[in-house]
Amino acid sequence: MIRFEARAETHWFHEWIAVIAALVLTALTAALVLMALGFDPANSLHRIVVRPLASTYGVSELIAKATPLITIGVALSLGFRAGVWNIGAEGQLVVGGLTGGAVALALYGVDWFWVLPVVLVGGALGGMAWAAIPAFLKVRFNANEILVSLMLTYVALLLLSVMVHGPLRDPDGFNFPESRLFHDAATLPKLFDAGRGHIGFIFALVFAGLGTWMVKRWHLGFEMKVSGLSPRAAQFAGYSRNQTIWISLLIGGALSGFAGVVEVTGNIGQLVPNISPSYGFTAIIVAFLARLHPLAVVPAGLLVALSYLAGEAAQLSLGIPGAMTQVFQGLLLFFLLGTSMLVNYRIRLWRSV
Amino acid sequence: MTETRIFTERLSAAAQQRLGVRGLSKYFGDFAANSDVTLSVDRGEIHALLGENGAGKSTLVKMIYGILTPDAGSMELDGAAYRPSKPSDARAHGVGMVFQHFAVFDALRVIDNIALGLDGRMPDAALADEVMAICDRYRLHIELGRHVADLGAGERQRLEIIRVLMQDPSLLILDEPTSVLTPQETEELFLTLDRLSDEGRSIIYISHKLDEVRALCDRATLLRGGQVVDVVDPRQESTRSLGEKMIGERLAETKRVHPTIHETEPRLSIRAGDIWPATEHAMILKEIYLSVHPGSILGIAGVSGNGQDALFDLLSGELPMPNPESMLLDGEVIGHLSIEARRHLGVLSAPEGRLGHAAVPELTLWENVILTARHTRGIMRNEHLISGRNAKSFAKEVMETFDVKASSVEAKASSLSGGNLQKFLIGREILGAPRLFIVSNPTWGVDAKAQQFIHQRLLELAATGCAVIVMSQDIDELLSITDRICAICHGQLSRTHDTEVMTPEHLGALMLGQEIIG
Repeated sequence: MIRFEARAETHWFHEWIAVIAALVLTALTAALVLMALGFDPANSLHRIVVRPLASTYGVSELIAKATPLITIGVALSLGFRAGVWNIGAEGQLVVGGLTGGAVALALYGVDWFWVLPVVLVGGALGGMAWAAIPAFLKVRFNANEILVSLMLTYVALLLLSVMVHGPLRDPDGFNFPESRLFHDAATLPKLFDAGRGHIGFIFALVFAGLGTWMVKRWHLGFEMKVSGLSPRAAQFAGYSRNQTIWISLLIGGALSGFAGVVEVTGNIGQLVPNISPSYGFTAIIVAFLARLHPLAVVPAGLLVALSYLAGEAAQLSLGIPGAMTQVFQGLLLFFLLGTSMLVNYRIRLWRSV
Repeated sequence: MTETRIFTERLSAAAQQRLGVRGLSKYFGDFAANSDVTLSVDRGEIHALLGENGAGKSTLVKMIYGILTPDAGSMELDGAAYRPSKPSDARAHGVGMVFQHFAVFDALRVIDNIALGLDGRMPDAALADEVMAICDRYRLHIELGRHVADLGAGERQRLEIIRVLMQDPSLLILDEPTSVLTPQETEELFLTLDRLSDEGRSIIYISHKLDEVRALCDRATLLRGGQVVDVVDPRQESTRSLGEKMIGERLAETKRVHPTIHETEPRLSIRAGDIWPATEHAMILKEIYLSVHPGSILGIAGVSGNGQDALFDLLSGELPMPNPESMLLDGEVIGHLSIEARRHLGVLSAPEGRLGHAAVPELTLWENVILTARHTRGIMRNEHLISGRNAKSFAKEVMETFDVKASSVEAKASSLSGGNLQKFLIGREILGAPRLFIVSNPTWGVDAKAQQFIHQRLLELAATGCAVIVMSQDIDELLSITDRICAICHGQLSRTHDTEVMTPEHLGALMLGQEIIG
């Protein structure tokens, strides 16, 4: 018999060991899967994991994919610490992309430097407004924020669809459900000559830094942490649970919306019915992979972005179905959760007397 | 119900022993909860297990009752090897246990609860007759038709004892049975236990109340740090000598600091009458009239669950006062103020729940001081930024001034023992220089030395001119440190009396809701 025993004390390196163990186990299992499909595991892993990073183009693509994951992951790690479960970042991203894109289209042809900031703020406010709905319903009626924010994601997707099929459709676009391409003034500068990496990544790094500062030094961050760990102690300390709910969701909405507008202005360049390959949901994995630490969200986001690239590379160079991306991500999350158990517990083999 | 089984056994000298425990050890990880424990309980003996919290009493009886399996050592019951692997084994061998926390179903009647404890019995007339016979024999008064939810703590405990007695145990284990009882109920319990021991049943009585052990028990095994330190006849010992053996060092006397003469203006006065707190689960409070003067200590006695929680929250400010103008601090209305605003005025409090209420278990000590001392002690760099250095130095100051044993200010609150954490949490408030300090069960579950230390600190605090309110279910504590005393029962607050004229019996009556005339 195997049983788990609580550790008397935990050390910081236990967490690192758990993450590294999860990565190794993911790689081993992925190798087994590849073997079962008839590929040489070492060679295939090299082709899908290492080769995509061997060029500026590859790195640029990695950064492009990591940008929304890190931006949203930072916000979610703050909210999850506070015990506010915003599962609807995807919807907030979509609405942010929509409102920011709409501002960009409204200012089409205006060629001033403040166009881009206005567009970005428009996106953040859109996401914030979308997240305010679950926050209000939670505070006012104690409605479960998990359900409300999740369901609003589907509303957001349909809203975007309506808009690009209707009012925002490019009049010269041959009836395709797409907006016109954004003006250069409303497009984010690229970081490299090759690939799609853009300066949104710099913003993401700044958010990670700010988030870390908030957690470490800001009383507000402390308040949110206490509220999540022990609601009764938070009440005794005089912290308002409602404030924590509002702030967690508004930060989540603002950064998700920001990620959305950065995605449409930096990557896509126009509004289309489908602006995100589930970045908002994948960011949940990123936040937990980082063990809810805003700074650790950066490597976690890069790692998960790599899993997207690896999935694409697997399709292109090995001819494996695209679902492989989800398999990689699923394996990663599975092993992370499994090994994180070992941070707080140790395994004991049953000893009979 | 067969005392025949007990009496027909031949009582040779060797068979005088009911339970023998030899070299019993139990490890949790590397921690030895029990090491090489030896215990001998005779027939008809009431045997005390004495020790501070964490001394290993519970671990030992859990092994005897089959909840835990020992890592080493052996047990003998009535001369035969005894190795229970689960509680039902222990029950089959005639070992019964009454737990500190009752496992009863509130929604069911007493008789249903009894039937549930017996395999295949229905709550019918035959069972009722059997139960009544037991109740009569052991003077355990209980009404079988009542719902458990309506019973007081003493009645619930009688129900638990009856359930165990239905199995006709030869060895009965009681875990801190008097912690929830009034003095009168304790007397009744002792009569029942005497009766049981007269019949030849053996009783293991776990307690840290030394007076009780001296009054009731034939022998006492003292545990410290998981080891047996002594086996004594408690009747030959003084409370003090027992306490010192239990703790392993000499205790200082609690010095009573004489209170200054009451000023005419009370520090806090509440003339609220009946209060319906603004949360669903809190008890309705009745006749809440109380005042406490600077430099004095007011005690509020009560068996837990009688509305203390709601009263505490109203006093501290966690719950808003429904009629704010009824609560005055030095003549100013404070009933409408939040807990934070009241802290600014010097109203500090320490609730009963240490982990998860007064402190966050997962956070370090220095982080935990931020919770309540952030404005009173300049821990913040400005309105929004925490100064980690200031928080750490304040936490260190609390540790040093209040003799808190912990590895450092980086230790997690959950890693401290009950006594050390309580000293830390009370110190955190007292060093904030309160004008009014409200504390609930300040020494619940802490060892005798920490208890004495905390009492001393509360007396010193009052001597500096602070008004102190102590809510407690420990009668001895209230009688030894308070100046005035009242009691709460079913949410109703009694009149306040001078502690000098109060006896344990009077206080017990107040706790049961009986007002003293005159």
